[in-house]
Amino acid sequence: MSRRGAPPEVNAGSMADIAFLLLIFFLVTTTIDTDAGLDRMLPPIEPPDTDVIIRQKNIFQVNINRDGQLMADEELINIRDLRAKTIAFLDNGGAPSGSPDYCDYCKGARDITSSDSPSKAIVSLKNDRETKYGTYITVQNELVGAYNDLRNREAQRLYNRDFTDMEAEYLNPETPDNIREDLKDKVKRIQDLFPLKLSEAETASIN
Amino acid sequence: MSKFNKKKDSSLPPMNTAALPDIVFMLLFFFMTVTVMKDSTLKVENTLPNASEVKKLEKKDRIVYIYVGKPTSEFEKVYGTESKIQLNDKFSEANDVGDYILMERAKKPQELQNVLTTALKVDKNANMGIVSDIKQELRKVNALKVNYTTYEGDAFRNLQ
Repeated sequence: MSRRGAPPEVNAGSMADIAFLLLIFFLVTTTIDTDAGLDRMLPPIEPPDTDVIIRQKNIFQVNINRDGQLMADEELINIRDLRAKTIAFLDNGGAPSGSPDYCDYCKGARDITSSDSPSKAIVSLKNDRETKYGTYITVQNELVGAYNDLRNREAQRLYNRDFTDMEAEYLNPETPDNIREDLKDKVKRIQDLFPLKLSEAETASIN
Repeated sequence: MSKFNKKKDSSLPPMNTAALPDIVFMLLFFFMTVTVMKDSTLKVENTLPNASEVKKLEKKDRIVYIYVGKPTSEFEKVYGTESKIQLNDKFSEANDVGDYILMERAKKPQELQNVLTTALKVDKNANMGIVSDIKQELRKVNALKVNYTTYEGDAFRNLQ
């Protein structure tokens, strides 16, 4: 009496129950959270030891008033034009060729009255205490967007892929170490081409 | 004799799985009681603004949350309609933020204490004044890495 043929079947009737159980468990424990946003660094509270003299033409002054109106470089502009204006300012590369600040990758107008080079250019953001937070975030978003656009352009030229994409992969903890090492240098290089220099003055209460 | 011979398929009797659901339920209850769902209940309105150039906040254990917004309708009577700061479960003033950050920092393991990010979850209708006060307090305790938490979307929708 040898046992041949199919082995005895395992009763899988309760498999569904187990699956449901797991499902419910994960449903309950998972917190659905928006965990994305704009990363910024605040300036340290102690002032730097050395006073750096910055020329007026290297500063791009952005003011937001209490009604959400925007003033960039002494003129009232629409918030939708901010990104283009910021790019034009950062990418200007006004330093003459041969000078130490000369920017060979800039594609801007090379206007002598605007910024010398991306590493010299500073965006200064000022807002009123009554400004809506939503407006402030939109402005921040546009400024970061301007930097990202320029960095993407350079990353496409040098490495044929977007900077934001590279950075996301670099920051992702699941990326293997060897790829990360490689990305680190690339990300650093692009960041150095267009260093993010955004200065935020303490909010004034001007009317 | 044929009565006994009938029982000749000698495959194993089916396993009794009647107790399986009980075991699994036991596991379920175990996990349900052990899991700590630390999510402070919001006492302020918290409609985050939209932004398109966002970065993901990867590691949840290195984040300290600060909520800002108008008190919800049930707290309106006591706290008014001005934007308030919520730390953990209670309303606070801007000058409590520093202590709160230091306290949260002390709770974290040593190796994470210097890499903490402060996630500012601010209602889009809040004023910048309160946000500036928070930022000033954060600078005082040297918590310089902040994240303005937003929804992903078109940033111009904030203006409407």
